[in-house]
This record gives sequence, structure tokens and C-alpha cells, in this order.
Amino acid sequence: MELRAKVPGGPIQEKWDRHRFDLKLVNPANKRKHHVVVVGSGLAGASAAATLAELGYKVSCFCFQDSPRRAHSIAAQGGINAAKNYQNDGDSIWRLFYDTVKGGDFRAREANVYRLAQISVDIIDQCTAQGVPFAREYGGLLANRSFGGTQVSRTFYARGQTGQQLLLGAYQALARQVGLGQVTMYPRAEMLDVVVIEGKARGIVVRDLVTGAISAHVADAVVLATGGYSNVFFLSTNAKGCNVTATWRAHKRGALFANPCFTQIHPTCIPPSGHHQSKLTLMSESLRNDGRIWVPQQAGDRRPPTQIPEDERDFFLERLYPSFGNLVPRDVASRRAKEMVDSGHGVGPLANGVYLDFREAVERLGRAGIVERYENLFAMYERITGEDAFATPMRIYPAPHYTMGGLWVDYNLMTTVEGLYAIGEANFSDHGANRLGASALMQGLADGYFVLPYTIGDYLARGKLAPVGVNHTAFRDVEAQVAARVAKLLAVNGTRTVDEFHRDLGTLLWDRCGMSRTADGLSGAIERVRALRERFWREVRVVGSGEDFNQSLEKAGRVADFLEFAELMCEDALHREESCGCHFREEHQTPDGEARRDDSRFAYVAAWEYTGAGTPPALHKERLEFEYVHLAQRSYK
Amino acid sequence: MKLSLHVWRQPAPAAQGRFVRYEVTDVSPDMSFLEVLDVLNEELIHGGEAPIAFDHDCREGICGACGMVINGRPHGPQRATTACQLHMRHFTDGQEVWIEPWRARAFPVVKDLVVDRSAFDRIIQAGGFITVRAGSAPEANTLLVPKRDADLAMDAAACIGCGACVAACPNASAMLFVAAKVSHLGVLPQGQPERGERVVRMVERMDAEGFGACTNHGECMAACPKEIRIDFIARLNRDFLKAVTTTAAPPPSSP
Repeated sequence: MELRAKVPGGPIQEKWDRHRFDLKLVNPANKRKHHVVVVGSGLAGASAAATLAELGYKVSCFCFQDSPRRAHSIAAQGGINAAKNYQNDGDSIWRLFYDTVKGGDFRAREANVYRLAQISVDIIDQCTAQGVPFAREYGGLLANRSFGGTQVSRTFYARGQTGQQLLLGAYQALARQVGLGQVTMYPRAEMLDVVVIEGKARGIVVRDLVTGAISAHVADAVVLATGGYSNVFFLSTNAKGCNVTATWRAHKRGALFANPCFTQIHPTCIPPSGHHQSKLTLMSESLRNDGRIWVPQQAGDRRPPTQIPEDERDFFLERLYPSFGNLVPRDVASRRAKEMVDSGHGVGPLANGVYLDFREAVERLGRAGIVERYENLFAMYERITGEDAFATPMRIYPAPHYTMGGLWVDYNLMTTVEGLYAIGEANFSDHGANRLGASALMQGLADGYFVLPYTIGDYLARGKLAPVGVNHTAFRDVEAQVAARVAKLLAVNGTRTVDEFHRDLGTLLWDRCGMSRTADGLSGAIERVRALRERFWREVRVVGSGEDFNQSLEKAGRVADFLEFAELMCEDALHREESCGCHFREEHQTPDGEARRDDSRFAYVAAWEYTGAGTPPALHKERLEFEYVHLAQRSYK
Repeated sequence: MKLSLHVWRQPAPAAQGRFVRYEVTDVSPDMSFLEVLDVLNEELIHGGEAPIAFDHDCREGICGACGMVINGRPHGPQRATTACQLHMRHFTDGQEVWIEPWRARAFPVVKDLVVDRSAFDRIIQAGGFITVRAGSAPEANTLLVPKRDADLAMDAAACIGCGACVAACPNASAMLFVAAKVSHLGVLPQGQPERGERVVRMVERMDAEGFGACTNHGECMAACPKEIRIDFIARLNRDFLKAVTTTAAPPPSSP
């Protein structure tokens, strides 16, 4: 299989404009004859579904939550980047492009990133017009703040609830189209497979999570906006329902999976408090603007933080990276925190965190200034830990948060299956080996509002699709397979719960395929994932039936897919014999412990092809060319 | 600590429901309320019993999925806190805890503690938006919004759509939910062109869904995990009265 990225020719700043002109258009009268299925209703899915409907396409949108408003984009706190340069501090489309390519440690496709930076400014316009209550200056203009990995203030925000407000904007646009009858919304519905006919995606099979009914939905194109797979680690900051099922099933139907080992560990989360822990909570990284990160200089120092004198504190990020200090990119901040905890400098009851201290910021800005910026975050911290972060420093520790890997897509966001698109976190596209803060919201909305609606039209205008119905044998076959799998999960009737397997898998991956990785660790992990998967199908216990609301059954299907996916993730991490961005291989580091890339061997996207159960996946490489941002070792010192 | 949980179990929408008593032990003060249910559910599965169904997702108090009445109070005893963010340090050893679903005609029970809140979606579909097609927006800073208006809009927009306001109201009224959206969009300049039409359509839909009327009990504000204020209901009433007395019937929308 040859990977064709279909990046248009010409200078990078003209590629998208030229491409938009070259894309074929669908006659307005014909748009209503095309049916598009959108799976997922987060920023990418809701914005795509709404925009396609505005254009006149017939859209069906599916989400597993009880309402599209609850998709996990809602939990994003900090903000959204845009190259508006409102602060007159030297920002530009070029700089956002440069920061994103560099921040991604040179493992993203330049043309996509440039387009993202261009579109960023339109997103702010769109969201403002929708009524998103972005923070304002006293003069009524939009306010900005700075964020990790950059030296300009380009982040727009709505208190600590930017994701919520952007999602509600997209949700309201979607709701309007539902009200007009242009979109049919299917909440509490989980996509369990893609139907491919003659090489083209022609629909999906879903399970109604209330009745258990399995149904087929025919479409001219299918869009997956189903988010990332951080929950493969069991403990992550993702919502409990986030899963890999849609993208994994698409992968098994022919869509290549790119860079699955690129998983971001977010530096500022609340450390786990015990074995009952069901998920981890992120504290926005914007806190790093004003908080200072430190640990006691003396390993094993168990004094309360207020009793440790200033000169016995190690502000390790400021010490190691004088120019970026506490604002180094996420991967760097996370790895350094892990080193501190591993070397005995951890703080808190379980010695599993580092301090994030606001004392100086309170002195500088006053308590009111901090409340204005971070009120809900301080309140959230207190609710979870019972501690007041004004009186004692917060404790933080890294946690799985975002996955840069995802389905491989070309410049048009189409996967290797014709007519099957992946947008938002579900694709691999723009963040390379590490995502910068406030860039996920930007990418999700760029894909949904401004990229996919153009590119999908080109496919629909060119394609001569044979009419098919739900009675086509391909649909009937896939429905039967889905039903059989549900029945199989219920039939095992073993002795261990789904969560027990999920925790085992998560612990294994966190140890072996988390913040730092080794060849031995990964090889061992692959064996153990296989063993765990076999055990799952022998010993899992799912109570209840497939014909009603059964949350254990939902989880079981998702964990079964994680158990398959985890092996590919480890394979990818094992094959990439370099360190880049969030992927840190202990064998490949500089003397001072920074990631060492190997551009001569690994300046490519690793796109994996499914070749069948029990056979090794096939690796395809998309070579990355860096014409505009020159390959260099990242330095934040 | 040990707790006695009395949990509402109802296998299906039309089935008879009842409280079932469960004893849970080894509850740590650092556990969240939902983690206690997780632990109980693991035990139930091991015993071959159906686990307790409850909605939850982000567990950070922002998605609005979780919601249950705990000892008579939606989301439990802690102010401004969703059930998922409620931690067990607020309970005492040996306490009896009664857990029920939201109870309102417009929110039928799906199973156990899970209810159908799609009525909220239909209210938003009726008018809870600003009409703006992707691509047609003006440059963002051409529109000045005084900071206090932006802040007020954000106060209202913080609603997570969980439904606690309905569950808390003796009339099962959705006025606080509707008022929050009407106010969020109504105080911003972008929301002015559709302001009257929006409130009329949303209120009509709210009534059609079977929510009760507001009789100023104020229970909604007390239960709201985001502390949405009741004065937004005053705004809703004012906007509604103004719209029905001054504007003609809303015209049909186009895509």
C-alpha cells in the first residue's frame, strides 16, 4: 500500500487556498441527496455535523453519551490558540506554525500544521459570533494568556472552562440543525463497526445502549470524530467512556493507524490517592503561568511544605531550563517530575507528586487576582484533596491526557479507506510527537468547521457511489458479526470483572509504555498484553443481557478493543528507536537526559496496517520533509 | 468507614422500582461518591448481581452526566459540587445514605439511577443558539463586549445541563436551566437579533416537555452545582413578557 498524503504543491502559505480552488464542489441541489454519518459529538464531530448540515447535506450524528453536549471536549480547561497577534507581541501564522512543528518535535506534516495556523484566526471569529463568552479586557476586547511551550500570549479562554464553552457553541449549532431536521441525532448509541463495500466506507453498525438493538446506517461518507485512547492506561484524565473502539474497528477494516505510541502525559494532574482511584483529574496547565514547581532538595524530606525553607527547595524546571522555566512543553515537564519522584523527592502522603506553589503569585497579583484567573481550579483542587491551595502548595503529578497518534489521514483528512474520514483527536495529523497546550481545541474545530466541510465535498462530487441499502449482504454480515461479539462477551461468564482486566492493562502500560520506555520493557509488555487478552476472553464476567441498558457490557467491548490496540501501541514504541516528544526511549537520550531524535532513520509517520488476528501488523512509512522549519534539537534552556 | 446505602433499583422504565440496602465497608475519606458505587458494583458483579446503573463520564464536574439524589439532595450535601466530585470525607462512619434518581415527569427513569434528560436537548434545539453559519462571522474584535456583560454571560453559560435544578424543584420546573441559556445569549450583543424569538420558542418547548412552573422556591439555585443564580429567572421572565407583548409570532427558520 502506498501512502499518498496528497499535499498540494506551491509555497506553503498558498497550499490551502489553491487546494480549496482545486476541490470539486457539490451542486447545492445535490447536497441534500448525500448522507454523511458523523460519529462523535465533541468539538470536531459537533462542528463538522453542524457545518455539513448548514451546507445542505443530510447528516446523522452518533454519540455514546446521553446528550451530544457531554462529549469529553467539555473538560478542556485552559484555552484555544489563535495567531491573532492581538497582544502585539510578535505572534503570526508563521510563528504558530513554527511553534507547533517544533513543539511536536518534528514529527508532524508541515502543510497540515501551516493550514491549522491559518485557520486558527477564523475559529475565534466563528466562536465569538456564536456567543462563546471569552474573557475580555475592560475595554471590551478579547483577552489572551500565555501557555506552555510558547513565548507569546495567543491563548483565548473562558475562565477555566474554555472547552465547555467552545463545545456548547458547537453543540448549539448542532442543536439548531437537529431542530431544522437537517441532522438526525442518535445519543446513547455506540458505533461498533464500519461497513466497507468495494473499498469505500458506506456506513456503520451501531448498538443502541438503551435497548441493545443493533442497527445499520448507510452513508455516502463516514466521519470518525471519536477522540483519543488515553484510557488504554485505565487511569487517565479522559472521561470514563472515552475509548478506542471506533478507530480500532476502522483500523481492522483497512484504515492505517499512525504513531499509536505518541501518547501525551500531562504534567499538572492531581496525584492518585489510593487503589480505589477511578480516574485522574487534570488541573489546567495555565496554572504553570503563575505557579512555581518545586520539590525538597533533600530526598525523603517529609516536612510539610511550609516548613521547608526557600533555600532547601529545588525549583527544578527553573534550574534546568532558565529561559522557559515552568513553561517548558508538557513532555519535558512530565519527565522531569517523574525523575524527581523516582529519585525520592516526591511529596504528599504517598510521595507521588511535586509541588505547584502560588505563594509568589499571590504576593504579586493578590488573592483576588488569582481567584479571577483560576477560581474554579482552586475550588476543584480543594474538593478532591480537601486542601486549600492558598494555604499550602498544590500537589501535582503527570497523567495520560491526550493521544497524538490516531488514524492516518491525508491532507483531506481521509483515512486509507475511501470515504472514511477521521477528525480531531481521532486522527494523527497535526501535533507530531507532542501537542502544545491549547492546540487540541484549535485542531478539533479547524477540522470540523473549516477543513472537512470542503474536502468531503470533493469526494462526494467525484465519487460515483452505487446505491446500497441496509439489506446489502455487507451490512447484514457486519451486523451479524457485531451481534456475535456481544453474545460472546456475555457467554464467557468467568470470574473477573472488566475493570480488573482494565486496571491490569493500565498498570502494565503505564510502567512499560508510559513516560519512559525501553526495548526490554516493551518486548515483555507485548507478551503480557497477549496473555492478558487471552485471559480476558477466558475469565471475564459480564452480568446481565445484551437486550437492555448494560454498562458492564459497554465497558467489556471497549476493554476488549483496548487489549488488542495495546499490543500495536507497544509494537510502535518498540520499533521507534529514538526519543522524540512524548516518546522517550531510555536508550536514546543526550548526556543531560533530553530526548535524542534520529532524523536519519525516523523522520517519518509510522502507519500500521492490520493484517489479521495473530499476524504482525505491516509498517508503512510516510516520510516527513521539513522545508520551512529546519530540523533542530528542541531547546528550552 | 462503613456506610449503609439504600439504592433505588429499577430494572426498566416501566418496571416497579424499590430501595435495596447494601453495606459497604473500607470506605476511605479520599474516595469520591461514585468510586464507592464502583467498588460496590465490583462486589455485585462478583456475586452475579446486576451492577447499579448510573450516568457518569468526566468525573470532574463539568460534563453534567452524573446526577443522583443523595439523602434528599440532588448531588448530595456539598454546596456547588456534583456527585462525581463529592468526596467521602463529608460522610460519617455508620451513616445511612439514600440514593435515588432525579424524579420528574419530564425525566423518565431508564434504569436504576439513570434518567432520560433528552427534553433538555429539545429545548436547546427549539432556540438555544445564535444563528451563525460557519464562515460568515466577522473579525472577533470588531464586536466590543463590556467585561461585566461577558462575565455575566459566563456566569450563566457555566450551566452543565445536569438537571439538578429540576430534581430539586417541588414543581419539577426547568426554569433555571432555560433561564441560564436565555441569559447567556441574551446579555451578549451577538444574541440580540434572536432574543425575543429565542425565549418564546424555548419556553414553549419547556412547557410542552412537561416541566412544571416556577413558584419561586429557590431550591434550584441551592442545588445547582455551578451556583447558577435565580436572578437569571427574573431575566427570563422579563425577556419572555417583553417578547410576547411586543413581537409577532416567530418566523420559521431556515438552514
